[in-house]
Amino acid sequence: MQTGAPFSFERFTFPDLKTLLAKASPLRSGDVLAGLAASSDEERVAARFALADVPLKRFLSEALVPYEDDDVTRMIIDDHDADAFAPVSSMTVGEFRNWLLGDDATPEALKHLAPGLTPEMVAAVSKLMRNQDLIAVAKKCHVVTAFRNTIGLPGHLSVRLQPNHPTDDPAGVAASILDGLMHGSGDAVIGINPATDSPEAMIELLKLIDEVRERIDIPTQSCVLAHVTTAIDVMARNAPVDLVFQSIAGTQKANESFGINLSMLAEAEDAAKGLKRGTVGDNVMYFETGQGAALSADAHEGIDQQTVEARAYAVARKYSPLLVNTVVGFIGPEYLFDGKQITRAGLEDHFCGKLLGVPMGCDVCYTNHAEADQDDMDNLLTLLGVAGCNFVIGVPGADDIMLNYQSTSFHDAMYLRSVLGLQPAPEFAAWLRKMEILDQNGRTRPQLDGQAAQNLLAWSGAA
Amino acid sequence: MSNLTNKKIPSGLDPWNALRVHTDARIGLGRVGDGLPTERLLEFQMAHARARDSVHMAFEADSVRAQLDGLDHPILDVHSAAPDRPTYLQRPDLGRLLDDESAATLGQHAGDYDVAFILADGLSARATHDHAANTLSLILDQLGESWSVAPVTLATQSRVGLGDEIGAALGAKLTVMLIGERPGLSSADSLGCYLTWGPKRGRSNADRNCVSNIRPAGLTPEKAAKKIAYLMTESRKMGLSGVALKDNSSNPDLIEG
Repeated sequence: MQTGAPFSFERFTFPDLKTLLAKASPLRSGDVLAGLAASSDEERVAARFALADVPLKRFLSEALVPYEDDDVTRMIIDDHDADAFAPVSSMTVGEFRNWLLGDDATPEALKHLAPGLTPEMVAAVSKLMRNQDLIAVAKKCHVVTAFRNTIGLPGHLSVRLQPNHPTDDPAGVAASILDGLMHGSGDAVIGINPATDSPEAMIELLKLIDEVRERIDIPTQSCVLAHVTTAIDVMARNAPVDLVFQSIAGTQKANESFGINLSMLAEAEDAAKGLKRGTVGDNVMYFETGQGAALSADAHEGIDQQTVEARAYAVARKYSPLLVNTVVGFIGPEYLFDGKQITRAGLEDHFCGKLLGVPMGCDVCYTNHAEADQDDMDNLLTLLGVAGCNFVIGVPGADDIMLNYQSTSFHDAMYLRSVLGLQPAPEFAAWLRKMEILDQNGRTRPQLDGQAAQNLLAWSGAA
Repeated sequence: MSNLTNKKIPSGLDPWNALRVHTDARIGLGRVGDGLPTERLLEFQMAHARARDSVHMAFEADSVRAQLDGLDHPILDVHSAAPDRPTYLQRPDLGRLLDDESAATLGQHAGDYDVAFILADGLSARATHDHAANTLSLILDQLGESWSVAPVTLATQSRVGLGDEIGAALGAKLTVMLIGERPGLSSADSLGCYLTWGPKRGRSNADRNCVSNIRPAGLTPEKAAKKIAYLMTESRKMGLSGVALKDNSSNPDLIEG
């Protein structure tokens, strides 16, 4: 592939597409750290003017990382669907933004378009969008997936129940699962980050979740977020694996730093599908991503952090995941400095993923050295709810005592469902009603003294 | 725990509050509508406030120096190339480099030492204020006479990697850095210890051994000091640190008491 002519606007010039995208990106500390950010606000907007005139087709002929050097680039180019791309193939990036906001971009049209879009096109158009544009267009993108329940239907919001414990203590994990279920969380997945990445630890935790799921017939799925190679190992030992987890990124080099390659992901997907544990669908993968991951591995290849993040969604898309989670504020202030940058990044990630046809959720979160607090989380959570985010995270009291960061809580999810009239996944909502956790009006009002609650408590006591 | 269902629950509490004995996670909080009860809300805010104060608190090297009164080694102040806290938080690369003045100071004390101890603010000056001097003296008690110890450095706006520059400038075979860890919501005073054999610029985390969560409510300074002294001894014996150096210090055959 060739590098085309440079880009310019007024007195500003940009030598190549990679530089143009970086300079057009909204300000964030990670791009400053990498030396890629625009040097002034004026240069940033000039880059956006220049970017608006770039034909979408140019992204198919000018790769940001050379085709020969990077398997993510090869996958993006080789899998591109030219027929799906046809409706927008003659547009520039600026025209594409106008089209996306217009009435022709219906949910149906956007669904058919997704395989024709590359992550670089999607990242480019996001850089020309205000937050409300990111929300308005994402809301039109419906990405529905299923395993034991159906996630991503319009008007619904699912929650990953994240019952982490610093030593994987079964009673501690069980107590947090119980708390989450009684607050209506857990329809996206009951997903534990293990303290130890070993096959034995993974199997023990999988059995713990599987037992409660079967005992009280919960229509949801489990996941222990160990390395993909650990999951492949325990599947060979017939462990009850519903979803296979892996952190992924947007370059081959960054994925190598995670100890993975694309064929491992394919192998894991095949193995998990082969277990046939899903009842209403067979999406078996759970991926996590986050802006800054590639740079922190020194594997960003000179690409700005938002664009390289979008490339991770192309990786995710290939393996038909049930869930893709951008862990937006976990990485720290050297990549996303404050609440404003975290909010923007969360909306960008959700938009880019959805436009590419990926079932996006978001871990709305922050660390204690970032300039952010619960008010910032409330804002982003609410915006993502409006944008139709598939799922968010539920951690007891928003405090993850294993990973030492603050996410959103079970209460936060109840708030969001309540103010926006969103329902849990339909199969899970029916179960919550049966358990007297949802009331007749669809509110989360658990009957803590009822028989169903006592059954749950008895399970927890046995753990 | 199976008899928990029979327990008498204090009135006014979420009846499942009793499950909290099994985890430090914030479960059984109760609710008001969909929200948190006021007391729970404020508890969270206080924990966050303490954690943030730990991050932004200025490092008081003089107070740590005063705690080290009686120590038999010179004490030097050094500063990274990050001039202030906002820069430090956004430019981790600068926190790994010495400023010019500090490099000159260390050069004047260069020698041939077995170990250089560094007490650094990191992401929680509170942890360093509260636990670093005590942990250092406990380590020294464990070590015995056979170690030649470089001047102790007190490092401001420091990342872990600054220890590589300090150790190299002093001519130490091993660095032991006690540094404030990124505060969790319920652990604002957690100290970390990093051991690096052959310190020089460009070392990665795979080259180091880490002892984490040193605080009275976590790994106590006493226990941490034993672990660290064990790792130091093994590191010197093997001439390395990092993934090849395993922490067997919990094996009672290897550690006394």
